[in-house]
Amino acid sequence: MTLLAIDWGLLIEKLVLIAVVVFGSLGIALYTTFAERKVAAVLQDRPGPNRAGPFGLLQPFADGLKLIMKEEIIPNTSNRVLFILGPGLAMTAALMTCAVIPWSSHVEMFGRKIELQIADINIGILYIFGVVSMGVYGIMIGGWASNNKFSLMAALRGASQAISYELAMGLSLIAVLMLSGSLSLKTIVEEQMAQGGLWNIAYQPLGFLIFFVCALAECNRTPFDLPEAENELNFGYHQEYSSMKLGFYLFAEYVNMIMSSAVMACLFFGGYDVPFLDESTLAPNIAAIIGVAALLTKIVIFIFVFMWIRWTIPRFRYDQLMNLGWKTMIPLALVNMLITGAAILWKAGV
Amino acid sequence: MQALTNRAQAVNRKPMTIMEKLYLPSIAKGMGITFSHIFKKQPTIQYPEEKRPFSPVFRGLHVLNRDEEGRERCTACGLCAVACPAEAITMEAAERLPGEENLYREEKYAARYEINMLRCIFCGLCEEACPKDAIYLSETFAPANFARKGFIYGKDDLLIPDPTKDPAGFAAAKGEGQ
Repeated sequence: MTLLAIDWGLLIEKLVLIAVVVFGSLGIALYTTFAERKVAAVLQDRPGPNRAGPFGLLQPFADGLKLIMKEEIIPNTSNRVLFILGPGLAMTAALMTCAVIPWSSHVEMFGRKIELQIADINIGILYIFGVVSMGVYGIMIGGWASNNKFSLMAALRGASQAISYELAMGLSLIAVLMLSGSLSLKTIVEEQMAQGGLWNIAYQPLGFLIFFVCALAECNRTPFDLPEAENELNFGYHQEYSSMKLGFYLFAEYVNMIMSSAVMACLFFGGYDVPFLDESTLAPNIAAIIGVAALLTKIVIFIFVFMWIRWTIPRFRYDQLMNLGWKTMIPLALVNMLITGAAILWKAGV
Repeated sequence: MQALTNRAQAVNRKPMTIMEKLYLPSIAKGMGITFSHIFKKQPTIQYPEEKRPFSPVFRGLHVLNRDEEGRERCTACGLCAVACPAEAITMEAAERLPGEENLYREEKYAARYEINMLRCIFCGLCEEACPKDAIYLSETFAPANFARKGFIYGKDDLLIPDPTKDPAGFAAAKGEGQ
């Protein structure tokens, strides 16, 4: 009978954690749309949305309500099943990433030690890559099922862009993995937190740069927002979508942004580490709260940089995008990998 | 080919230098420019709370004037309607009856006086045509409305408050520049 015993505490703990993380991500994504508009406005000498509630803080709810209340149109010529599946897949893939991100160290509550990570799997990074690649299916299926030539072209662009930049992203990541020797995000973060340990950005500035550019391309953010190029493709792969299905696509983009910011913070900027502070001297619960705050601060800074870039740089032309991806990013990532490998060997004294 | 004007400039087709090919210096420069705009003063005027002052000669919504004793000045002569290039003014004249001397200044008055604010171009020609100083353009403009018929302003919308009964309202409607 002992074999069949279920650790109900663990189950409840994980369910609560999943709920908190998923709804927290959605809430942050909601306000990221608001922040996007505010950042755009401030960078362009405008005040931005300020009518709904104090400082316009209720604006995302107004936007959400508008999207839900709009008429839902499914084109007659579309493939109905895939048309509905597309946005769902995009959203699911975006949200699944948050499962392996270590939000902080552990808290001690009700006599239990609760890790603030949904699943500390030893292939965390591989999992993220797999799930992010699935996000391309959302774009691809949505664009194809719409049965519209602009949507299809945008979807093809999106897919080829994502595949091209995922290569360079993976290669830049290998250098980090060579340093840490682990695929688990928690281990990578804890190595950076250890006394005397520096953040990976100190060892991998070029790797970070490549990763950041590829993350922009993966999230379909400017200057790589070709799949939804408004002026050439009339909105791209979600042209035929309306109501909340469109909302899901737009929302998935923001969730993706948050997740890639979190991954970048974990891989290169010490995750939930606060610089010049020894967390092990603090009580675990206080350290956990400080850790969550630190990670969220890093995510917010990254999101701001994403937006700042969006409202500064124009879009790449498609051939420039491919040139940059294949002829610059991948060779650079390979060189970075070689240099890192050589440095590790030299340090080991082989 | 012969250039049509001497303003034509040849496009620079030189290949990009290494610094340009790196993209990053130019991107950093551009991002510096956008970041500096965070601290710039915003020229926005928060409209309903904050209004720009109009000049004294601003031509806004029409007002039908009264004299000092609160009598309507309009005699329904129709000169404003004739002068109106947009044909926005309609009126019907009526004769003043005995006992109405405190309401209308002359023997004839406008029983109905309507201005279609959707047709009106606010040129002010009615104001110039009026021999009795009965109509003038104020410093407010027509508020939004949900229906077209809401933009046809009748006498009760246009008449200025009676100076003997509501001197404050009269002064406010009259404005400073008048």
